[in-house]
Amino acid sequence: MALEMVLRNKLKEKDILLMTHIVLGYPSLEDSFKIVETMVDSGVDLIELQVPFSEPIADGPVIVRANQRALQRGATVKACLNLAERVVRKFDIPFLIMTYYNILFCYGVHDFVSAMAKRGLQGAIIPDLPPEEGHDYLEAMKAYDLAPILIFSPATSDKRMKYLDSFGRGFIYCVARKGVTGADTNFSTGLDSYLVRCRKASSLPLAVGFGIKERANVDFLRGKADIAVIGTETIRKVEEMGVASVGDFIRSLSPVNTNSLGGVEAEGE
Amino acid sequence: MINRGYYGEFGGVFIPEILTTTFDELVEAFEKVKTDPSFWQEYMYIMSTYSCRPTPLTFAENLTRHFDGARIYIKREDLNHTGAHKANNVMGQGLLAKRMGKSRVIAETGAGQHGVATATMAARFGFKCTVYMGEVDVERQRPNVFWMERLGAEVIPVADGTRILKDAINEAFRDWVTNMDDTHYVLGTACGPHPFPEMVSYFQSIMGKEAREQILKREGKLPSRVYACVGGGSNALGIFSAFLDDRVELVGVEAAGEGLDTERHASRLASDNGSVGVAQGYKTYFLQDRDGQMKETHSVAAGLDYVGVSPILAWHRERGRIRFEAATDSEVLDAMALTIRKEGLIPALESAHAFVQAFKEAPDLSADDIILINQSGRGDKDIFTIAEAFADPGWKEFIQKKGNEYGA
Repeated sequence: MALEMVLRNKLKEKDILLMTHIVLGYPSLEDSFKIVETMVDSGVDLIELQVPFSEPIADGPVIVRANQRALQRGATVKACLNLAERVVRKFDIPFLIMTYYNILFCYGVHDFVSAMAKRGLQGAIIPDLPPEEGHDYLEAMKAYDLAPILIFSPATSDKRMKYLDSFGRGFIYCVARKGVTGADTNFSTGLDSYLVRCRKASSLPLAVGFGIKERANVDFLRGKADIAVIGTETIRKVEEMGVASVGDFIRSLSPVNTNSLGGVEAEGE
Repeated sequence: MINRGYYGEFGGVFIPEILTTTFDELVEAFEKVKTDPSFWQEYMYIMSTYSCRPTPLTFAENLTRHFDGARIYIKREDLNHTGAHKANNVMGQGLLAKRMGKSRVIAETGAGQHGVATATMAARFGFKCTVYMGEVDVERQRPNVFWMERLGAEVIPVADGTRILKDAINEAFRDWVTNMDDTHYVLGTACGPHPFPEMVSYFQSIMGKEAREQILKREGKLPSRVYACVGGGSNALGIFSAFLDDRVELVGVEAAGEGLDTERHASRLASDNGSVGVAQGYKTYFLQDRDGQMKETHSVAAGLDYVGVSPILAWHRERGRIRFEAATDSEVLDAMALTIRKEGLIPALESAHAFVQAFKEAPDLSADDIILINQSGRGDKDIFTIAEAFADPGWKEFIQKKGNEYGA
């Protein structure tokens, strides 16, 4: 089933979905698997798997360091794709690849997209590839029926939002503010009006990321967006308190999924 | 954006969406000043009253006699204010930033020359200024850090990645995606997303224009060959630009570090180790592994120690217009020592790479041939590195004494 349909079906049951992010190979490939397992068990709806790159220009210090350490510990593109294949087989939620364009370019854009499709991945987020430069990529994604996730930012004009939306599938990733990943976000009326603009420009589900740290942030987005993206904060938790702390953190964000009835809810479906 | 700055297959604009509007505005502002004669007039006025344009062209009589081949001329960018060609670009972008109504500038720096030039421009124009510099470079270019801070700039050491120039560029971009409303990023070389390669080359082209006129006036003919060192490529493109349509051989010299047969060099175009990739917002030759991860580079000259190269130069290599060579660290020190003793000129370690190749080829040319070397900067900033490389005993003693004084 195409990604958008999967998300629409989930949205019939929940008013906001949770998407998390991990850097493949950080702290290690095996730990990455465990973190995914914990995230899925804690009720996460979809996960972006970042293939590390040496020059992650859109990322803040926490994810930059995670990229570096993953590379130092041998997270090659091949190892990352193998790990992606393992998690896709094991867990029944959609997985996306997030990485920078050079990883696709050096692998061969068509071959990389075909490799994602073969492994059952649902789409990709490539933050340094605007559609103007992404002709080959967008063609290949279409050919393999994968979702290229396009990005809106507060600096994006209404006209350009429409333009970006014309290439997007699955959902639109709305960056909540200026800056890199991991800095604080002001959840305010400014964000409200920006999300109204996003909604007008696209009929796809809206994911909002950058700076979501706690349940209040997720609650703020209810009714305004469809997916809350947790990126840096889980990596920070892993750094501070270890892999085991991820489950509690994810559950604290969305008690609807995990209250005392949670077990019943999860098993009932 | 209509013109995405492609040179053959190289260049482009590979940026996060948040910067698209900023780049659109920058392209628009740059296009406007290119066709506005008053802008170039203002630029020339500043460069001739605040810096030393036109810089002289020096006939290197002693070196010419020494090699007994081609007549050797040296373009003296070391006599620019702040001691390098960097000022040409920085003052131009400073004027542009003023026209765009920005109040703050940021820059990356490797050797520190671009950082010092930017800090100087910021002091003169009244901009706030932040300079990003890899930790490794902060270590080896301390005097420039000192001057940047005196000039009022905040210098932020970058501890991520390989902790050199490319990492400073990443950090500057991260600052820019947060602060683009009031901030202009003064990129120091002809790399990065469009319009930077074109814009930096545009401001640096002043070197070539002057040199071409000067040599015609002096010798009544053009040089046979022009030599320039190549880090990002801005001084090379600046001097070469005036000779592209002439029958003049253009030679770019990269850093061979400890040798092209080792892993420790920064030669993307002259070695077989470079391959096409996309990073730092543009497509060019990079030193990268098969997965596309950037490799560590090495050069005794911090300003050449960079993993990518101008897309415009990559294109000129592809079409065979520019020949690329590489000079090792030890060759560079020899050429530098010779130039100091023979001519009383102190080229920067970066510039000395161009001298190496010119010296290799000069003896095989005839006295009818003229060669032109771009001395892109002065070497006194490199005193710590050079003194160490020459194992100068008096200097070592001096440093130890100073150390003891501060330690006491």
